[in-house]
Amino acid sequence: MVVIKEIETRRGANLKLNGIAEKIIEKSPSVANYALRPDDFFGTIPKLCLKEGSKVLAGSPVFYNKKNPDIKIVSPISGTIKTIERGPKRKIERIIIEPSKKQDPIKHEVKGWETMDISDLKVLLMESGNWPFIHQRPYGIMANPLDIPKSIFVTTAKTDPLHEDFNFVLKNEQKEFQLGVDLLNKFVDQPVFLGIDKSCPGYFESIKGVQHYSFKGPHPAGNLSFHIQKLSPINMGDRIWTVNPEDVVNLGKFITSGIFSSQRTIAVSGNAVQNPKYFKTKIGAELAPFIKNVAVKEDKVRVINGDVLTGSIADFSGYLGYFNNLVTVIPEGSHYRMFGWLPFKDNKILSLSNTSLSRFVNRNGFEVDTNLNGEERALVVTGEMEKIFPLDIFPMQLIKACMVEDIEKMEALGIYEVVTEDFGLVDYANTSKLEAQEIIRHGIELMINEVG
Amino acid sequence: MNFLRKSLDKIKKPFGKGQKLEKFAPAFNAFDTLLFVPNHTTKKGAHIRDAVDLKRTMVTVIIALLPALIYGIYNTGYQYYVQTEESFTFLDAFIHGSWKIIPMIIVSYIVGLSIEFGFAVYRGHEVNEGYLVTGLLIPMIMPIDIPLWMVGISTAFAVLVAKEAFGGTGMNILNPALTARAFAFFAYPTYMSGNKVWVSEAGNIDAISGETILGTLAAGGQVNYSMMEMFQGSIPGSIAETSTLWVAVGALILILTGVGSWRIIFGGIIGAAIMGLLFNLWGQNELMSFSWINHLVVGGFAFGIVFMATDPVSAAQTTKGKWIYGILVGIFCIMIRVFNPAYPEGVMLAILLMNVFAPTIDHYVVNGNISMRKKRWAKASNELKTA
Repeated sequence: MVVIKEIETRRGANLKLNGIAEKIIEKSPSVANYALRPDDFFGTIPKLCLKEGSKVLAGSPVFYNKKNPDIKIVSPISGTIKTIERGPKRKIERIIIEPSKKQDPIKHEVKGWETMDISDLKVLLMESGNWPFIHQRPYGIMANPLDIPKSIFVTTAKTDPLHEDFNFVLKNEQKEFQLGVDLLNKFVDQPVFLGIDKSCPGYFESIKGVQHYSFKGPHPAGNLSFHIQKLSPINMGDRIWTVNPEDVVNLGKFITSGIFSSQRTIAVSGNAVQNPKYFKTKIGAELAPFIKNVAVKEDKVRVINGDVLTGSIADFSGYLGYFNNLVTVIPEGSHYRMFGWLPFKDNKILSLSNTSLSRFVNRNGFEVDTNLNGEERALVVTGEMEKIFPLDIFPMQLIKACMVEDIEKMEALGIYEVVTEDFGLVDYANTSKLEAQEIIRHGIELMINEVG
Repeated sequence: MNFLRKSLDKIKKPFGKGQKLEKFAPAFNAFDTLLFVPNHTTKKGAHIRDAVDLKRTMVTVIIALLPALIYGIYNTGYQYYVQTEESFTFLDAFIHGSWKIIPMIIVSYIVGLSIEFGFAVYRGHEVNEGYLVTGLLIPMIMPIDIPLWMVGISTAFAVLVAKEAFGGTGMNILNPALTARAFAFFAYPTYMSGNKVWVSEAGNIDAISGETILGTLAAGGQVNYSMMEMFQGSIPGSIAETSTLWVAVGALILILTGVGSWRIIFGGIIGAAIMGLLFNLWGQNELMSFSWINHLVVGGFAFGIVFMATDPVSAAQTTKGKWIYGILVGIFCIMIRVFNPAYPEGVMLAILLMNVFAPTIDHYVVNGNISMRKKRWAKASNELKTA
């Protein structure tokens, strides 16, 4: 293995939380329902292909993107469309699919894909529902098949709190991972960039036909925005594609069998969970059976699709997100704290600020809850975002540009180089309880609508 | 605690959504949240949050101010008794100081907070904690015998014109506490400068001379204080500015907790030291040949650079910008001291001047990042053309 570049940062912070998943993969408990959520596909306008009550096969299209009707989002399992849940303005919230006993997936012809035309290969991926696995930078939306990306990035290591370990999750799938990478290499001039953790690279270091790079540093050093800026920075008009590691395996499985693979290995973790561990399941699975299996310690908990910084709320009756390998369960924090504003009081609460002794008091792991620990205030403190932001971007200035919707300024300050998840730690750490991710998401939506 | 919480919840009811006192909720919440960190949970964005909030940050600043304030109270009495040549104990001096200073603090808080509460209710946002610091700073940088009504008017001017007119907390260009002082300085000059205002009762009792060291120097006189006295702070001056020692303790608290920017503080010291050294080499008059190290410990420089220049809202906001801002505050402070005979102390005007320029400094620092990015774009599109 040749590592083409080692990237490093000291700006950031690793949040040490209790409840990291033990390295056991259990078989999925029986799941009564699956669901697809159009909200998982940022920037897409869903258009349904089927009605309530229709029969679906694993791999048959359920909805497509109105902006690009060729891109289909397919059902992860065979069964019936039970309900289509709608929100205000008839927005499609969830499409719930009840699995049937007999699973017969749609099979596509994949023989000779190695020699297939690029455009035919793209059509094959779109038809079979594999295209949504490919994300695009800027904006972090679904890739546009008409683009030729400058490069493709996959990272096999992460840094977010309680993150899943892909070395462990994908340990038996080297062959499929290699095939997935080979497939992705078809779409790009230079080999795929593959990020590894040098201290435990696993089989990822022997994957061929990629440019290996390694990274070091506290969260968010594992975020792709940081890697991209260091290795192949996004200029105006550039397109870069990213794929999650397990979806590389899914692509690899599809290209050998012709069957859409909706495999998801999830880590159910968090400090409200008794026995955090891994499960093998499918995209969109109902979460309740898993949560029951790991046993919840507290009365009132929040179930999060993803990690505590960037995930979305999925209550008990929620479903696994399309791209999530992590489900976090933490206690709700609806409680009062007397004189909680006194410096150096309540050191058991995780804090990056020096007005708390938490880092000295508790070195092992923190119990966290969803309390806001204060109230939203005007932006006063400066310099705290820069300390935890590894990108060569002025985070506060970019946030302010998004607030006032100054598109020219947003471009100049680097909106193309960030996605909302990069501001997860800013959300967490800032004194004014500013909703940075919300503001950046709004800014990105504005860019999509105004610039495209 | 439970009982207190329950009774608070009971009182809170009429302030709830849709209730008749809803408009005044910010006023009630200000008291409620002073007792309890509220039970709010995260709704969007990150699901967990840091223990730090603005209240904690501002309280840390207040704690950092206390050593200088307590010494200032003592020094007020000390200066009075030493000059009247009465015998006194530590307690006498402290009581004399408290008798003068605590009413000023009360006036400043009552006037300022009433305006803040009014605006919070009017604008429908929560009361920001920033004024807890501003309200304490205003009396700390005034001369001891300034009438209370002047403190009140200066405070009102500062909060209304320097802060609320710009949109409230976080939006102001100028440091509100310094604006209050500048207002008093130009509106009531006889109470704010000269050689009769810096020691308690100096205006009423002829035996007391209320001249500051910088004032003496500007008049071409000789300084009779030792370096140690200047550092310790047993010299005449604005209430809490005199003791570099206790200001340094406050600076340590601010730097260790990360609440105050060490870059601004050290930048300021470097700027002032360099400027002082240069003037020492020139040595035209008493002020110029006043040793650079003494320049750092007399007057309001230490207090200003530690507590006023580091106000994150009115200072530069970028890391590089903070260095530039700090250094320039230091340079201008000494320059105004030496060159301007009307203002023997320059730190107030230096900081206000740099407050105005801070956004410009940031603009150029941020532009550096922007032009780097644009160059990269241009380079990439050139490569694309040639390829």
